[in-house]
Amino acid sequence: MSGLFLIEQALNGLQLGLMLFLLAAGLTLVFGVMDMINLAHGSLYMVGAFLAAWLVNWSGSFLLGVLGAIVLTALFGMLLEATLLRTLYARDHLSQVLATFALILIINDGTKMIFGNDLPLSTPQALSGPIEILPGLMYSSWRLLLIAVGLVVALLLYLLVQKTRIGALVRAGASNREMSTVMGVNVTQLFTLVFGMGAALCAVAGSLLGPLLAVQVGMGENILILAFVVIVIGGIGSIRGALVGALLVGVVDTLGRTLLQQALREALPLQWASAAGPALASISVYVLMAVMLVFRPQGLFPVRS
Amino acid sequence: MGLKHIAAIAGLVIALALPWALQAAGVDFYLSVVSRMVVYAIAATSLNLLIGYGGMISLGHAAFFGLGAYSTGVLLSEGVQSAGLHLLVIAVVAGVMALVIGAISLRTRGVYFIMITLAFAQMLFYLANSVKGYGGDEGLTVKVRSLLPGGFSLHEPTTFYYVALTLLAGVLFFLHRFTGSRFGRAVQAMRDDEVRAQALGLPTFACKLVIFVVAGVVCGIAGGLSVNLQGYVSPNVLYWTQSATLMVMVILGGVGTLWGGVLGAVALLLMQEVLSTYTPYFEFWTGWALLAVVLFARHGLAGMAASLAQWRTRP
Repeated sequence: MSGLFLIEQALNGLQLGLMLFLLAAGLTLVFGVMDMINLAHGSLYMVGAFLAAWLVNWSGSFLLGVLGAIVLTALFGMLLEATLLRTLYARDHLSQVLATFALILIINDGTKMIFGNDLPLSTPQALSGPIEILPGLMYSSWRLLLIAVGLVVALLLYLLVQKTRIGALVRAGASNREMSTVMGVNVTQLFTLVFGMGAALCAVAGSLLGPLLAVQVGMGENILILAFVVIVIGGIGSIRGALVGALLVGVVDTLGRTLLQQALREALPLQWASAAGPALASISVYVLMAVMLVFRPQGLFPVRS
Repeated sequence: MGLKHIAAIAGLVIALALPWALQAAGVDFYLSVVSRMVVYAIAATSLNLLIGYGGMISLGHAAFFGLGAYSTGVLLSEGVQSAGLHLLVIAVVAGVMALVIGAISLRTRGVYFIMITLAFAQMLFYLANSVKGYGGDEGLTVKVRSLLPGGFSLHEPTTFYYVALTLLAGVLFFLHRFTGSRFGRAVQAMRDDEVRAQALGLPTFACKLVIFVVAGVVCGIAGGLSVNLQGYVSPNVLYWTQSATLMVMVILGGVGTLWGGVLGAVALLLMQEVLSTYTPYFEFWTGWALLAVVLFARHGLAGMAASLAQWRTRP
C-alpha cells in the first residue's frame, strides 16, 4: 500500500515538474541570454489556457483547440517581443520589472474584457477516467498524458538545443551574447523566434493544466514565481538546468504536500500538524531556492563561466 | 528660495488643510482614500531608500509591510490597543526579520538578490495563509484600533490622517538628513561603486544591512497603519504582486529621489481611484500609463518635475 502510494506521489511530482519545465524553458533563455526579467511570462501561460478553452469549446475538438492555442500564443508572444520587450533588453532590471508588471495588468484585464473572468475547460471524454497502471494502482489517464507530452517535448527541446544549428546559436548567445553578435549571429531575430517558442510552450502547459487547475484570470502570477524558482535552481540560461530544477521542484512540492504532512501528523498534535503542514509544503520550494542562492547562486548547471 | 522649496511648502499646506477642504466640499469620504495614499507613500519611500539610495533591488519588500500589519492586527485582536506598544512590537518583529533576511540575502548580488528577497516574502505569504488562529487565508478583521497617549483613537479618520502624515513627514525629514550625512554619502558611494567603497575601507555589508533593517521597520510601520485604516489584514498584503506594486510606485515616482516614493504612491493610487469610477477595467489603463512611463519618462515623475523646473529657469 505504502509502495503504491509512493509511486503515485512520484508520478504526481513528475507531472508537475514536467509542466513547470515547459514554463521555465522559455523564461530561462530570455533571462539567461537577454538578462531580462520577464514577469509577463505567466501571462502567456494564461493567454494560452484561455485561447485553448475558447477554441476547444468552439471547435468541439480538444486537439484542434490546443494546436490553435499554441500557434496563436506563439504569434502573440512574438508580437510582444518585437514591439515592446525587445526595447527593454538594454534597460536596467527596474525598468524591466515596471514594464512587464504593466503588461500583466494589461493582459489580465484585457483577457477579462474578451473572455470574462474564467472559462470552462474539461478533459476529453476518452481521457477523463483513471486507468490501472499497476495491479492495484489506479492513476488519472489525463495526468499520464501530461507526463507523456512533457517527456516528448523535453526530449525534442533537448535535441533542438543540443543537436541543431539553431540550438548551438542559442547556446552561444546564452554563454556570451556580445561575442556571438560579433561572430555574425543575428541575436535579435533569433530571439524573436526563441520568445515565440517559449510562448508556445506556455500555451502547451496552460492548455494541459487547464482542466486540472482552473482557467481563470490571475492563474499566471502564481505559477510564474514557481518557474522563477525552477530556473534559479537550475542555473539561469540553462535548458538542462531548467529540466532538472523543474523535476526537483515538482518532486519536493508534491512530497512536501503528502509525505511531510503525514510525518507531521504522526509527530505533532493534529491541530498543529494541520496548521503547519500546508505552510511547510508551500514554503519548502522557496527554502530550496534560498539555500541554493546562498551557497551556489549560479545554480546547478551554470551557463556563464 | 528655490522652486523646490515653494513646491514642498505648498504641498505641506495642501496636505494639512485637506481634511477641512474635503469636509467643506461635503466629500469627507475621500479622506480615507488620501490616508491610504499617505500610508503607501511611507511604504514606497522606505523601498526607495533600499533601491534608490542603497542600490538593493528587493522584490520582497511587502514582507515587512505584512509583518507590521500582522503584528498590529494580532495585538489588536488580542485587545492590546496601546499605539506605543504596537510601534515597539513592529520595530522588533520587522527589525529582527529584516536583520535575518538581510543578513542572508545580502550574500547575493544582482538578480540573485531580487530572487532571494522574493523567496523570503513568498515564505511569509504561505505562513500567513496557514495561521488559522488569525484568519488564515481569509484574513484577519479587527474591530478596535490603536490608541494614542491622551486617548486619541486611530478610528477617527482625521486623527488617523494627521498621524500618518506626521509619520510620513518624519520619514521624509529623516531621508533628507540622511542623504547629506556622512553615513548617507557612504551608502550612496557604495551604491555607485561597491568595490571602490570597499577599497576605501567602508564596511559595505554592515552599511547595507543597516539600510535594509531601517527600510524594513519603516515599511512595517506603514503596514501597522494600514490595519488601522482598513480594520483588516490578509495574506495578500504579502503576495509578490504587492512587492511589485511598491516597486512600481518607486520607479514611477523616481528612483533615488527624496519625493519619489510619495509621488509614485500618490500618482498610482490616484490614477486607480479616478479610473475605477469610469471603468471596471481600470488596471488595463493603469498598465498602459505605466508602460508610457517606462518608455518615455525614464527618471519617473520626479525626473519629469526636475526637467520641467530646469526648462522653466532656463534663460
